[in-house]
Amino acid sequence: MKLSLRLNGADRTADVAPHESLLTALRERFVLPGSKNACDQGECGSCSVLLDGELVCSCLVLAAAAEGREVRTAEGLTPDGGLHPVQRAFVEAGAVQCGFCTPGLIVAADALLRAEPEPTVAEIREALAGNICRCTGYGRIVDAVQRASKGIYE
Amino acid sequence: MTLAPPRPGTLVKVRGVIGESPQRPDAADKVKGEFAYASDLRADGMLVGSTLRSPHAHARIRSIDVSKARAMPGVRAVLTAADLPTRELIGLMKLDQPVLARDVVCYVGEPVALVAADDVDRAVAAAKAIAVDYEPLAPVSDPVAALRPGALQVHEKGNIIDSVRVVHGDVRATADVVVSGEYEVAMQDQAALGPEAGLAIPDEDGGVTLHVATQWLHEDLRQIAPALGLPERKVRLVLAGVGGAFGAREDISLQVHCCLLALATKRPVRMSYGREESFFGHVHRHPARMWYEHGATKDGRLVYVRATVVLDGGAYASSSPAVVANASCFAAGPYRVANALVHGVAAYTTNPPAGAMRGFGAVQTCFAYEAQMDKLAAACGLDPVEIRVRNGLREGDAIITSQPMVGSAPVAEIVRRCADLPLPAERIPTDPLLLPGGTGNLTAGEGVVRATGYAAGFKNVCYSHGFDDSTTARVRLMRDARGPIARVHTAAAEVGQGVVSVMLQVTRTELGLERVELDTPDTSVGSAGSSSASRLTWMAGGAVQAACREVVVELDRRAAARGVSRRDVGLPALLDEPIDRTVTYRHRPTEALNETTQNHGHVAFLFAAHRATVDVDLGTGLVRVVQVATAQDVGKAINPLAVIGQLEGGIAQGLGLAVMEEIQLKDGRVRNPSFTDYLLPTILDMPPVLCDVIEHPHPDAPYGAKGVGEPPTISSTPAIVAAIRAATGKALNRVPVRPDDIVFGNESRSGWRIAPGADPATAERA
Ligand code: FES
Ligand code: FES
Repeated sequence: MKLSLRLNGADRTADVAPHESLLTALRERFVLPGSKNACDQGECGSCSVLLDGELVCSCLVLAAAAEGREVRTAEGLTPDGGLHPVQRAFVEAGAVQCGFCTPGLIVAADALLRAEPEPTVAEIREALAGNICRCTGYGRIVDAVQRASKGIYE
Repeated sequence: MTLAPPRPGTLVKVRGVIGESPQRPDAADKVKGEFAYASDLRADGMLVGSTLRSPHAHARIRSIDVSKARAMPGVRAVLTAADLPTRELIGLMKLDQPVLARDVVCYVGEPVALVAADDVDRAVAAAKAIAVDYEPLAPVSDPVAALRPGALQVHEKGNIIDSVRVVHGDVRATADVVVSGEYEVAMQDQAALGPEAGLAIPDEDGGVTLHVATQWLHEDLRQIAPALGLPERKVRLVLAGVGGAFGAREDISLQVHCCLLALATKRPVRMSYGREESFFGHVHRHPARMWYEHGATKDGRLVYVRATVVLDGGAYASSSPAVVANASCFAAGPYRVANALVHGVAAYTTNPPAGAMRGFGAVQTCFAYEAQMDKLAAACGLDPVEIRVRNGLREGDAIITSQPMVGSAPVAEIVRRCADLPLPAERIPTDPLLLPGGTGNLTAGEGVVRATGYAAGFKNVCYSHGFDDSTTARVRLMRDARGPIARVHTAAAEVGQGVVSVMLQVTRTELGLERVELDTPDTSVGSAGSSSASRLTWMAGGAVQAACREVVVELDRRAAARGVSRRDVGLPALLDEPIDRTVTYRHRPTEALNETTQNHGHVAFLFAAHRATVDVDLGTGLVRVVQVATAQDVGKAINPLAVIGQLEGGIAQGLGLAVMEEIQLKDGRVRNPSFTDYLLPTILDMPPVLCDVIEHPHPDAPYGAKGVGEPPTISSTPAIVAAIRAATGKALNRVPVRPDDIVFGNESRSGWRIAPGADPATAERA
């Protein structure tokens, strides 16, 4: 079946299978592998994308359900290809090790900071509770989100 | 001791040298989602591979019928053992594992057949359509039973993968104060977020190029080439992006399979495990049963330690011989003790194979000996800090293998400095989100008890026991339109730990040049050894340093030939021709294992101490770790920010083992192969971590930098459990600690009685 959507600001169309997840469609059909596939079960957040501005696990969304809707992935956070403030904060804070969790965390942190430009540590932890990172122990990730919250989103 | 000072080649201040925390060279691609992990790779005309695995822990294969699978549309190859080009076995330390099971399967998940098809759905469907007729055999599930005389043998040569005895001083020593116990460490999964993945591309010369996420390209090559029936020069490995490793990528998983399918179809083939398959497709941390007895004087000075350690190695050897050697050598902990008797055995069973995971044998025994140290402290009326300070190794002391500590062994110092870090300020919180159970809202604070526990641990850095441990680095210094540039080529696997930063920082430091680039790791340069044993800071750092210094020698020679000094004339003037130097670096040799393991088997040691503060809900048995404090001697922090990342990340894995992470087996089958059922610490589970990074340079290590990665996982687990014991008064002799263990005071019993230090073959039913 055909899937047409607005993907990172551009109109895109591809053939997808009816049972296919949005994550598979993004990675395999649209060749945007920035959204990761660490669990395929909604447990790790590595596949996080914005669907009409709302944070979702793309592995839990049927590709067909994205028909005609707007999807933004980690690759599409900055139109000019430079670094988005949240991305820069992750780089500077040392929040990236293997990086497999990172695109999903960036999308989730961006969603948080849009809703709450100056979150408390408790709010950061609650908002990112669905994103597993196996490498960092999360300390530098909290630091990165705090850095990003300073002076960018207000 | 003296360390060679950095040698900047110019007077311009160079940024990003050692001791600073420059940004990782791969970080920008990673945050943008543009970093190419192995599972992201694709090639024109690519097929997808799938694996059929054994559903039985132990069975004879009567027959395999692939006719239906072969006839399915879009299926390009179906391979079983009968189709393999050779009968070569694979394995990290013993070649004991078939590429595909031939006559028998020895664990649930053992690969039996392979499929290459046009897409994933077709490949999976075809694998399912392969009919295998199995005759089930009795499983060998209990590693202690497996070691007793007359046990059913998993393989022909008996069920001992390897055994290690440490005989030190008087093995019959007696003491005034004696404590003993049986301990259990369950099976932990590395749970790297990136799944096993690779892309194999057939080459025109009949060879193959494999892009793969691995920890050790050359060791993979050593096993892959014979299995394919190809000379090593026809098999090329290239490191693809690695989404974490922690030991799980040290063994072969899909490497040979992917190449076989590419060679059979003459098309590129990608294999990528999903999460469930990943649980079956890589080795896990060895489950351990340990019987301990400690003797001490009344004032808490150790007199003897006796221990028997049984590791469940599962169906194939993997790195079991080295894991049991570590568990045994470090079985008394970082303490001075004149007399010891340790018997460690790794047993073959029909459980999933166990192998490398961060901490590698040191984790298991640390859980046991630190529980014993707390028992001793209680028996002697000492506090947990004092007993460790009193017995802690110092420079010049020997461990139970009679190897003296060269360089710092600051055990008393790290324990004291850890204890000196501030305790959490708050009292038991009232916000239910901050209490055990969190969003479950299970308590308002009533029945919640706060307590603190301590632990210290140690292990070796680099490879031990006579292994020829080396890393090769090639450094080229040249000039382009923008000026001088250095390129560094090694096969060192960046798995997340940050070795890329270490190599850049070392090169900048040595050459006094900021523009440095890294070539993609592959097998066209010499081996780097594995990303394991906390070794690459030392080894890759040492190799790159040595290669850079040879480049500098050539610069000096060129300058001298022109009658000028290198510093006066500057780099560009000396680079009409590029300079290209390759160096293979080795640490000093170590001694092989022997009968009593009384020798200098290790090159150097890493030490850390942890303090954990926990809130425990006595009613529900739920635990919230409130804070972890740590002091660790790293020798020299090449990149301080990356060091903190290693400490925090390692502690998270230690916390996981303490209170939640366990692969549950039923009849040898993993019952919880998903992130829904295998629990990993989330950001809500991780407390703030206080780090005191201590830098006592090691005389043999480059810049004194010893390595960082493993100690954070070693003693964090026992520190957390010590805190839970202090809060609950329960014995808690196994990890992970489960709510039931806390509420009902359950203790783990193997059902076997073994005199600590005795051969487990003498075990008797309790
Ligand atoms: S891959 Fe979607 S939540 Fe893990
Ligand atoms: S950086 Fe590796 S999983 Fe988060």
